[in-house]
Amino acid sequence: MYDAVYPFLIEPFAKMWTDMPLFFAETVISGVMAGVMYSLVALGFVLIYKASGIFNFAQGVLALFAALTLTGIMDNFGAPGWLAIILTVAIMFGLAWLIQKLVFNHLINQEPIILFMATLGLAYFLEGAGDIMWGSDVKVVNLGIPQGASQWLLDGPGLYVEKLEIVAAVTAAILVTALTIFFQKTRIGRALRAVADDHQAAMSVGISLEKIWIVVWAVAGLVALVAGIMWGTKSGVQFSLSLIALKALPVLILGGFTSVPGAIVGGLIIGVGEKIAEVYWGPALGGAIENWFAYMLALAFLLFRPQGLFGEKIIERV
Amino acid sequence: MMMKKIATGLGAVALTAGLLAGTALAAELTVPSLVYRTGPYAPNGIPFANGYADYFNLLNARDGGIEGSKVNLVECETAYNTQQGVECYENTKGQGTGALMYQPLSTGITYQLIPKASVDKIPVFSMGYGRTSAANGKIFEWVFNFPATYWDQASVFVKYIGEKEGGMENLKGKKIALVYHNSAYGKEPIRTLEKLSEKHGFSLQLLPVDHPGQEQKSTWLQIRRERPDWTLMWGWGVMNQVAIKEAASIGYPMDHFIGVWWSGSENDVLPAGDAANGYLSGTFHGSGTDFPVHADIMKHVYDAGSGAGDKDRIGEVLYNRGLIAAAWQAEAIRTGMKMHSTDSPTAAQVRDGFENLNVDEARLKELGLEGFTIPITITCANHGGPGKVFLQQWDAGAKKWNKVTDFYDADREVVDALIAEDSGAYAKENNLTPRDCG
Repeated sequence: MYDAVYPFLIEPFAKMWTDMPLFFAETVISGVMAGVMYSLVALGFVLIYKASGIFNFAQGVLALFAALTLTGIMDNFGAPGWLAIILTVAIMFGLAWLIQKLVFNHLINQEPIILFMATLGLAYFLEGAGDIMWGSDVKVVNLGIPQGASQWLLDGPGLYVEKLEIVAAVTAAILVTALTIFFQKTRIGRALRAVADDHQAAMSVGISLEKIWIVVWAVAGLVALVAGIMWGTKSGVQFSLSLIALKALPVLILGGFTSVPGAIVGGLIIGVGEKIAEVYWGPALGGAIENWFAYMLALAFLLFRPQGLFGEKIIERV
Repeated sequence: MMMKKIATGLGAVALTAGLLAGTALAAELTVPSLVYRTGPYAPNGIPFANGYADYFNLLNARDGGIEGSKVNLVECETAYNTQQGVECYENTKGQGTGALMYQPLSTGITYQLIPKASVDKIPVFSMGYGRTSAANGKIFEWVFNFPATYWDQASVFVKYIGEKEGGMENLKGKKIALVYHNSAYGKEPIRTLEKLSEKHGFSLQLLPVDHPGQEQKSTWLQIRRERPDWTLMWGWGVMNQVAIKEAASIGYPMDHFIGVWWSGSENDVLPAGDAANGYLSGTFHGSGTDFPVHADIMKHVYDAGSGAGDKDRIGEVLYNRGLIAAAWQAEAIRTGMKMHSTDSPTAAQVRDGFENLNVDEARLKELGLEGFTIPITITCANHGGPGKVFLQQWDAGAKKWNKVTDFYDADREVVDALIAEDSGAYAKENNLTPRDCG
């Protein structure tokens, strides 16, 4: 009995104790940083779902497509990073317009599952288009984003923290602040919130749904570009980048599909939870538990808050 | 007028029939190529597929095929997905004159094809991957995995480490970590390493990484905490690039980090930049274009506008691996054709060719591959080949792989015993009687 219980209930905590404070802190910090990276992807999902009720399966591919376009412009045309970013943003805005005009304008009033299937098709289309346009090779993001361990933290307190992840965390903070200002203080932002609250009421006061949805897809494209740059810098830009969407799903389940703060807090909880689980419980369970553990954690939260931590509670009369 | 039209029509029919008959008469060798030019592993699948295609195109363009019969290469996209790979097999095995062999380029697909191909009597050449115990030709009659297996390679890595530590006796008390792709492929070396750990007294830390391997922070945190003396990697695709970056990031010494031959291509190290300098990997063939065969490919294939990929990428590690796979397959076909005096061999005759394959130094030179790889001799009992592996090291400044060791022999005592045990278990499970190889 003791042998069966020891690796799960005693050893992990004993290790945590012996790992205090530095290594345990590194594990938590790594989790926080990884969580921020997941949140960057989850944000794109939230924006589109909030405004249009569409679960955008293509969000991971949007990140891939944006990163491919950025590196493609830099590598093939020798454009400097700043110009490539501007051009990529323009392309992502153009793509948002095209997606709305060619796909979703034809699907107004369709069931959510139809809209979801459309994003599935969009994902495969964009993946193929990215392949044709920029090729399948691994591409390096040369934007000068610092990488490797922070020597200052390593030499000082002896903490191992990735510079790239610090950059990602700062970028995410700026992005969320910018999005909050955009939603709260601008006319389009307020219109967007009105659409998110009630489509028909928004239309009755003269807000154009089509225009708002284009804006939402454009903003999601921008968020995808940021996520693509961060993940692309971490692993090189390649087609597996689209699979980062899978890391965002437990974040969404936990944080709620309609909340920007939820995407951030959800990401942090998932990031820290999976890292602690993998480092301390992984060895007893054969390792590689963090992927499924993230979903387990999200599902455990759902038992108590079915709408997610920050999601809107939906009450329907039946 | 009507008679003229009928005569013209009949003439056209006769001409078409004649052309078709002519086509049917020309012997053709159907070689399916299971590739992955799409999906998350495409960056690695593409150069292999290009090298493979270019070599067969070279034979067609320069030599008129193999022994006068043209090779019909039939590509099928698997996206490195086992189910799609099996569908490719089913869709291509009956094409043309019938598939002569398969190179699945995936351990998962290979495992699925072993029983199927054995029933269909089509040889499977899982070159240096797949089921390791298929090296036992007495039981796996239709499968070949030369020139070396994952188990050979794992034992070579331990030998190399022993050498660097000043002798195998110094391995006692050392710590070796294995970071592996959490799949059938990644798990292949575990048994061998466990046996070697018992034999030499080192401790083994196993660290699986789930597909695709984009997020490995917790794996490398554990390495940072445990500080293994050496780290081995059985990775593929993005997992390799992230692992090398993470290793560099925690300050792990690159010259103590050794990747399997699927973790040792330019794709794996370039994204890490200078940080990858000194990283090691196993291999069994050269890199670069300093071999006559590359000049021939350039002249007969690329200058003729029929190259499969980008001219600048000829000679990359995975391109050269596809090339040597095709070269050995072509030699097996040639051997089978000569053995059976036919210009249109069956898959079974090609299997005979594989089993009597002898590509020695002289033949390598004739093929424009002198110094590219080791000579091999395949027999009825030994489908795994010589089992020799050497190590290459990445020079980030020059952006090239350098050969840093000679070919090492595998630890045959450990590896052969494991092959006998595993293949014996397979035979028992499947009610197979081992062949008598004399």
